[in-house]
Amino acid sequence: MSAGILGARSEVRTIVAGRRKRMRRRGLVIAILVIAVVAVFLATLMIGQTFYGPGDVIRVIFGQTVPGASFTVGDLRLPRASLGLLSGFAFGIAGVTFQTMLRNPLASPDVIGISSGASAAAVFGIIVLSLDGAAVSLLALCGALVTAAVIYLLSNRGGFGGTRLILIGIGVAAMLESVISYVLSRAAAWDLQTAMRWLTGSLNGAEWSSVLPLAVASLVLVPLLLSQGRSLSTLRLGDDSAAALGVRVSRIRLLAIIAAVALLAIATSAAGPIAFVAFMSGPIAARLVGPGGSPLLPAGLVGSLLVMLSDLVGQFAFDGRYPVGVITGVLGAPYLVLLLTRMNRTGGSL
Amino acid sequence: MRTTPPSVAGLRRSAAVRLIWIVVLVVAIVVLCAASVAFGVRAVSMNDILAGLGGDTSTVARSAVVARVPRTVLALLVGAALAMSGTTMQAVTRNPLADPGILGVSSGAALAVVIGIAFFGMSSPYAFLVVAIAGAAVAAVFVYLIGSIGGGASPLKLALAGAAISAAFASLVSAVLLPRVDVVESFRFWQIGGVGGATWDRIAVIAPVLVVGAVVCLVMAGGMNSLALGDELATGLGVNVLRSRLTSSAGAVILCGAATAIAGPIGFVGLVVPHVCRLLVGTDHRWLLPFSALGGAALLVMADVVGRLVARPSEIDVGIVTAIIGAPFFIWIVRRQKVREL
Repeated sequence: MSAGILGARSEVRTIVAGRRKRMRRRGLVIAILVIAVVAVFLATLMIGQTFYGPGDVIRVIFGQTVPGASFTVGDLRLPRASLGLLSGFAFGIAGVTFQTMLRNPLASPDVIGISSGASAAAVFGIIVLSLDGAAVSLLALCGALVTAAVIYLLSNRGGFGGTRLILIGIGVAAMLESVISYVLSRAAAWDLQTAMRWLTGSLNGAEWSSVLPLAVASLVLVPLLLSQGRSLSTLRLGDDSAAALGVRVSRIRLLAIIAAVALLAIATSAAGPIAFVAFMSGPIAARLVGPGGSPLLPAGLVGSLLVMLSDLVGQFAFDGRYPVGVITGVLGAPYLVLLLTRMNRTGGSL
Repeated sequence: MRTTPPSVAGLRRSAAVRLIWIVVLVVAIVVLCAASVAFGVRAVSMNDILAGLGGDTSTVARSAVVARVPRTVLALLVGAALAMSGTTMQAVTRNPLADPGILGVSSGAALAVVIGIAFFGMSSPYAFLVVAIAGAAVAAVFVYLIGSIGGGASPLKLALAGAAISAAFASLVSAVLLPRVDVVESFRFWQIGGVGGATWDRIAVIAPVLVVGAVVCLVMAGGMNSLALGDELATGLGVNVLRSRLTSSAGAVILCGAATAIAGPIGFVGLVVPHVCRLLVGTDHRWLLPFSALGGAALLVMADVVGRLVARPSEIDVGIVTAIIGAPFFIWIVRRQKVREL
């Protein structure tokens, strides 16, 4: 009997040690990600047609006037970098919320058409109704919420989630993409820059007026989502188990869907649906931090990193300038296939 | 007392019913072709139409009519090819969701052509054709392999693999095309297909290939009927399952590749038409295939006319119209799938 107790004790010790190890790894990964995000953010501000040292850049950020740098860094590069940082974070955290909730990495909002809904509404608002600024964000938000509701209702028969939801989402996405193409083709001049922004996402022409709504939304919604991280992770065990563990399933789900969709929609109305960022960030973050703990914060950081790095690569690595969505699209396409292969082989999840 | 199982009842439709439907479809196609020549962005008079059909290009209106004729012919050909290709794919994979667009075969063809244009300076229509068919074949094999990892390609799994790979190909297409100013004009064409760029020369290049593909599919129609019974039963009836499947797939890939080479990736025609035609003439592929060809031709001409009329003074590509019609249909079929197939 005492041997049994000893065995149980050592088992507890192993579990505690394992948990501590995972938490340490998680902390380390998050710290490294934060450092990387800050470094890439500063690099984005320094690199360009003229190079400015880190000293100049930091002085501009803190509002001092530096000849030359104030305009280039403060008015051109800072909005762009901020938009990349914030939209990447929003896409990452919204994507992983959906993936966790629906227990399927393919159920990210850009695959199942919610981004297309936001984008279609935004395009409609800009081209047909001649709106701008916060009105466009609001319309995009409505478009995304309606799309999410439609997909939810259509796939609700015979159980929620799974392959059927994803396929229905893909069908909805195909339709909305056509609507976007239709509205764009009705625009007076077929402007490739604008078109690319609404088809694959781009940070070109970022302005404070479009960054501001996103910043406000992030300040409110990101802490809200992060505070629900534990409940969301518990939802992964299945609705019944989560309810038994004291999670108010339908309330949490509704809250998380609305918060994630709102973040996604506002980010989309500012930067376009940057291809595959919402889809890629979650699985990459899960791989980095390993099992245990909420994937929300690391996924957001990975999203920021992806968008800012891809934007740097798109702007400076080639002869022509690529919008950021093209680079993330090229990264995301093989990753999608890889993930599909792994999912089919194991029948597994994130 | 025995009742006939529904599957057999579905296979049989009386000759009279089939004949009536064929007449109806042919009449519809004639009417739609007339509409396609008569209506467009520019309004033309009856005199202009008659003069234009006679080859007169003296006025702008008459030239417009002359330009609409190859466009209509192309829509007929591409619609028929895509619908037959879709019917064959649905038979071969025994999957109601199969369609050249959804399974990623069209976007594979488009990606191959775009890579050929951008990196190898490809410009002859023959090269387009060969490369598109090769791309379609590679994409078909790739999607099938990925869809069947982990025990069999169930309808939803295969459709998911196809849709995901299709999205992946589409993003690669935009990555290849975007920075190239010289091909940027044709950018939209390779994302969403259209029949606006039709010329007699290009039609002459693909038409023989489409005929070959159609003949292959029609010859295999009996084999497809056997495949529908399931592999074991078909083998028991003396059908070489593997060979039927490969030959039929080759026919479908040739049809889809050739159609994509000239019209870009047009989705959902191959999904919608076979389903509707099956309701009309039953599931016997010897009837279903030619009937789908007629139905596809009618649908694409109609979509093209609609696209020219609703967005005046500009026009919408036919691929946009078919997606708006076809996507709800796709969702409807997904919803009908039984839970065990998830």
